[in-house]
Order: sequence, then structure tokens, then C-alpha cells
Amino acid sequence: MVELTRRATFSASHYYWNDSWSPEKNEQVFGRCARRNGHGHNYTLEVTVAGEPDAVTGFVVDLKWLKDAIESEVLAAFDHRHLNIEVPEFAEGKLIPTTENIAVAAWKRLEPAVKKAGGARLSRVRVYETPEIFAEYRGEA
Amino acid sequence: MLSASHRLQADALSAEANRTAYGKCNNPFGHGHNYVVEVLAGGDVDSETGMVVNMAALDEVVRQRVLDRFDHANLNCDPLFVNQVPTTENLCRAVFGVLKDAMPAGKLEYVRVEETENNFFEYSGS
Repeated sequence: MVELTRRATFSASHYYWNDSWSPEKNEQVFGRCARRNGHGHNYTLEVTVAGEPDAVTGFVVDLKWLKDAIESEVLAAFDHRHLNIEVPEFAEGKLIPTTENIAVAAWKRLEPAVKKAGGARLSRVRVYETPEIFAEYRGEA
Repeated sequence: MLSASHRLQADALSAEANRTAYGKCNNPFGHGHNYVVEVLAGGDVDSETGMVVNMAALDEVVRQRVLDRFDHANLNCDPLFVNQVPTTENLCRAVFGVLKDAMPAGKLEYVRVEETENNFFEYSGS
């Protein structure tokens, strides 16, 4: 089995805020990330699929297909957006757009497309918020 | 880092099917990449040296078995790729194969090959 990873970047703004907490508690837990005007990142998204290379083509999946799927399922919704306001998973305080939750959201957006294409399974989604911080999700065990 | 050329062409497929499957990677004269190869050695830390593996020894094995063979080469001309297409998936498995029994210490855990800054491949032996 070979794992194939495609990288993509997106730029988005967000803030961390729990509506069921007081402002003081939000500021205490989230620090500068709680500023309600938001702030931004250049995120890097790594999407890994796993499968056997095709005996004829030598491909696990067509990389162009994977690039297009990442664009249509994730980047179209996240890139150059305010995650708290414009992305349904996070809007209206439903979910805090932490790096962890962004990784899970990207996974859930991509998994149906990968399953439908067949030939490989979604293996890992990693989201770098900064070059020093990333979160990784491998689906439910 | 390993600078090599390749062309993706499957002889079992028609010219049209090759073009569809591989796009620009099927261009007749090939193209190249600066592949970045990562070799992960796993094992216990030696109590005397503090190392899993002596990095200089590992570098020498990788130089002899991987770089001397594949760097500044045309992958399509290597015997390993007579019967398989030199996709980076297959290159990853090939590098794993030439290294797995040659580790100076520790166990070869995986080989990772980055084809471009946007894609990379990993193989752990199974």
C-alpha cells in the first residue's frame, strides 16, 4: 500500500469563541485568538489517500483528480473566507474553527468524494495553521 | 535530493489512453523533478552511542544504493522500470526495496518521496 499526499494552501480568517462562556473566560482560555475582529492564517492542507498502485498505470489515484476534488470540496468553501461567518460547519457558533476542527471538517467534506471515486481510501488530513502548528485527523477508529 | 527524468507511459494502453491517464506526464521526451527522498530508520537508541543509527553510515548506504543509481538519471532507462511505469508510487517502492536489507542499523520504517512541493508519497513496506 502506498500513501499519496497532495498539498494545497488556503488563506482564511477566524477567531476562537465559545458562546456559552463569559467574555472573560473566552479571553482567558483563548488569549489573542479570542479577539472578535478575527485574525488570519495561510493554512496548508495535506490530504493523504492510501491504496495499491494500479498494475498498469502505476497510480494510486490520478493526482489531477485529487487536486480538483480538494479545490471543489474544501478550498472553494474555505479559501479567502471568514470561517466563523461564511463556512456552514462553523457559522453561528456551531463549532469553533480550531485547526483540529478544520481538519475534521475537511475530512468530512472529502471522504464521500474519495469513496465514490474508488481505488483508494482517505487516510489522513493534516492542516497546518502556521509552519509550527498542525492538526491531523485519520478518521474514526 | 535526487534529480531525475521520467516519462509516464504504459505500453499496455493505447496512445489515447496514455494521454488521458497521464496528461502532460506522457509528453514524448520526458520531464524531470528534483525528488526529495526521506528515509526513516526506526529502532532502539543505542546506550553507548545514543543513536538509533549512525547517520554517516546511513547517508553512505543511501548514496551508494539510491543516489548513485537514480540521481541525474533517466528513470525509464533503469532495469527496475522495464516492466512498470516510473510513477513516484513505484519509485517509492523501488527505493524501499533497495534499502530495506542494507540498513546499517535499525529497521527501515518508511521511504517518503516528494515529487514536487505539492505532492509526496510514502511506502512502509506493505
